[in-house]
Amino acid sequence: MIDATLVELSRLQFAMTAMYHFLFVPLTLGLSFMIAIMESVYVMTGRTIWRDMTKFWGLLFGINFAMGVATGIVMEFQFGTNWAFYSHYVGDIFGAPLAIEGLMAFFLEATLVGLFFFGWDKLGKVQHLAVTWLVALGSNLSALWILVANGWMQNPVGSVFNPDTMRMEVVDFAAVIFNPVAQAKFVHTVAAGYVTGAVFVLSISAWYLLRGRHKALAKRSFTVAASFGLAAALSVVVLGDESGYTITDNQKMKLAMIEGMWHTEEAPAPFALFGIPDREAQETHYELKIPWVMGLIATRSIDQEIPGILELMALSELHIRDGLLAYDALETLKVDEANAEARQTFLENQEYLGYALMLKKYVADPREATDQQIAQATRDAMPNVFALFWSFRFMVVIGFYMIALFGLAFYLVSLRRQVPRWFLRVAFLTLPLPWVAAELGWLVAEYGRQPWVIEGVLPTFLGVSSIGVTDILITLAGFLVIYTTLAIIEVKLMLKYIRKGPEEEESADDPARLDERFSPAFARPQE
Amino acid sequence: MLFDYDVLRLIWWALLGVLLVAFAVTDGFDMGVAALLPAVARNDGQRRQVINTVGPVWEGNQVWFILGGGAIFAAWPALYAVSFSGFYLAMFLILVALIIRPVAFKFRSKRDEPAWRGRWDAALCFSGVVPALIFGVAVGNVLQGVPFHFDSDLRPFYTGSFFGLLNPFALLCGLVSLAMLVLHGATWLQIKADGEPAERARRYGMIAAAVVIVLFAIGGFWVSAMDGYQVVGGLDPVGPSNPLRKEMTTEAGAWLANYGAQPLLWLVPLVGFAGAALAMLGLYARIGALSFLGSKLSVAAIITTVGVSMFPVILPSSSEPGHSLMVWDASSSHYTLGIMLIATVILLPIVLLYTAWVYKVLWGKVRESDVNKDMY
Repeated sequence: MIDATLVELSRLQFAMTAMYHFLFVPLTLGLSFMIAIMESVYVMTGRTIWRDMTKFWGLLFGINFAMGVATGIVMEFQFGTNWAFYSHYVGDIFGAPLAIEGLMAFFLEATLVGLFFFGWDKLGKVQHLAVTWLVALGSNLSALWILVANGWMQNPVGSVFNPDTMRMEVVDFAAVIFNPVAQAKFVHTVAAGYVTGAVFVLSISAWYLLRGRHKALAKRSFTVAASFGLAAALSVVVLGDESGYTITDNQKMKLAMIEGMWHTEEAPAPFALFGIPDREAQETHYELKIPWVMGLIATRSIDQEIPGILELMALSELHIRDGLLAYDALETLKVDEANAEARQTFLENQEYLGYALMLKKYVADPREATDQQIAQATRDAMPNVFALFWSFRFMVVIGFYMIALFGLAFYLVSLRRQVPRWFLRVAFLTLPLPWVAAELGWLVAEYGRQPWVIEGVLPTFLGVSSIGVTDILITLAGFLVIYTTLAIIEVKLMLKYIRKGPEEEESADDPARLDERFSPAFARPQE
Repeated sequence: MLFDYDVLRLIWWALLGVLLVAFAVTDGFDMGVAALLPAVARNDGQRRQVINTVGPVWEGNQVWFILGGGAIFAAWPALYAVSFSGFYLAMFLILVALIIRPVAFKFRSKRDEPAWRGRWDAALCFSGVVPALIFGVAVGNVLQGVPFHFDSDLRPFYTGSFFGLLNPFALLCGLVSLAMLVLHGATWLQIKADGEPAERARRYGMIAAAVVIVLFAIGGFWVSAMDGYQVVGGLDPVGPSNPLRKEMTTEAGAWLANYGAQPLLWLVPLVGFAGAALAMLGLYARIGALSFLGSKLSVAAIITTVGVSMFPVILPSSSEPGHSLMVWDASSSHYTLGIMLIATVILLPIVLLYTAWVYKVLWGKVRESDVNKDMY
């Protein structure tokens, strides 16, 4: 049987490296687009301040991009190093989007990003602009393919288990690409990245304006961030609702846990605004419910039921028993490939094979599991409800806050109103929030998928490599030291360059006149 | 499906080689340059000159490595699972080097303090030397066979240790790999740099070329006496990818069997030698194009030599030879190999096209006086 400590440490290392990687990804996604927009304005108007903006935000983008690349390399290889059985079991499907990501997206952004920094004197204006847009396109395509891979873990479509090769294999690649979960996740994730980029630019620009520094650049940046951010913030929430809608088909348990909904409620189900889910008592204390809302959001109907946690657990016990039939047939096929009867039994029950594998946590041969062990495995189907319930709510609150923030920012800059200092302060203090929301979102998505690494197909604990606990302690400590050191260096560098500010060539334009024409909101004095 | 399963497996075996060669030929020169950095550049101006010869391109080059990882995952999942988890700590060292590298390039010139720059220079050198050595050590272990086996669920188990990887033959291969990439980096510097750094690179390059020739020859003799792996039976080139269904034996000299059957294959290791000699000649005569071409050929041929010697074995198991991974029983499904081939045929030419364009834009030498504040 598999060492539980090894499983916990492997999960810890993956969670740590993945969440760390995702500190840099959203800013790359958002900032690359905003830089491309700024450079487009430069090329169209010829005003050098927009080139200075492109270069300044590009410099910060570069520092962040290097960290994203460095931490992304670990992601590409640690499926093999730490999740070897997972890699064998689903590599036929999961590897393809990763490889295509490299070919279609990462190559594009990484090859051209060098020209973005080094090509200002070597390329024509339009050529350089094209390079910038292609870098932005590359980083967004990259997100698409990674989320196709991740979406398949949440909703494993287009594939079946092959008893001859003892692994999952693709039967319909189009289904894997057009997986509704993957598509919803993609738009939600990139939009969240755009919000992150917009908050970054808005916040730092607000800081310059509060200090009265680099006004011309900060005002224009503020305006770009306000408009881009509003569109992005609206998309995140609307498209996030789309994610919630799709999980009802295949991730009912996640939905029930997000809601702290222990029993199936009469349709349309209410939305729990507040509550303290209690795993032991199997109920949610101090619940504050809004009738109908959840049923409408999740099923887009008033008569469809959303199953509760306890009902879903009862269902998984049934699946475990069907899965045992598949498992038994598979063991026969291992020694007797030609056994037609076993093959038939396997085909009829293969859908539930993964549920039988859940028992391997307690007994080497699932067929020998006692009723008590089956009950234990059933309980495993329910992770920490409290954490999911509240992670989800904090994320959503931040989402709505972003809409309010950018709505107000957009209103202030577009209606020729002066941007008050209190708003600049609020904008500055918002800086960490998109990262908090993004990490919480991933927590809901990935922690909410437990105990599965591939929903309904492969339990997480089975996926690990057969390596020693000492080995993983060494690498865990190593990553911890390196990542912490790099984080400190990165933040210090960012701060250094933000404090230093852009190198402007404002003499080319008359700042006063420019303010009138391009940024009326800031035309009047601040106080 | 346009191609039969065995043809697709053969194509993907070749593509695996193409990716590894592309990685070594592109990222190889910037690793070599990083490894040479302390030796060829004596002051900050020279170091910035040397770093900026690869500054705009190393990032794209490194994608060949990432893509290699992705392609092995997609086309040879069993190889991905067994080798990366088996060589766990060695892989970790490579990852450490590859994490530090992008950051070192990007952060080095962001502060003026000599101590700050000195630390990043050391990091860059580490990130060039360590992967070059470890890749070679890994190949050396693969040639000797690696102690792994599967259970009936095809869960891989590796029974060796990290220090077991550091055996004499593997270390020899590590040195071949390091010398080869140092040579490659030196020829790049001859083309892209001028002045003292280029001159020093020229001298180190000639030494490296000689080392490649001598060590590659020793390695060849060593392999001719070493136990190679051969299939006895039970292997169907169009059968399912299940590495438990065949029988294998080991026999001294079996890694040369393919050359006996196809004498033309001797050309491959021959080009390995000839390329290094050509590179040495080019360095001596100060003909940059010739030396770079020579080192490219040498790198490509030395890697290909390993592939054709082992074919159709990909990863032999020393503890359970029957569980070795073969071209015919360790691939993805027929369907996945087909889809991936279509994706590659469409996308790879586009990648090559814009990569070539980038190199064209950046054409010409990087001089110490050219290095400005916007650069690394």
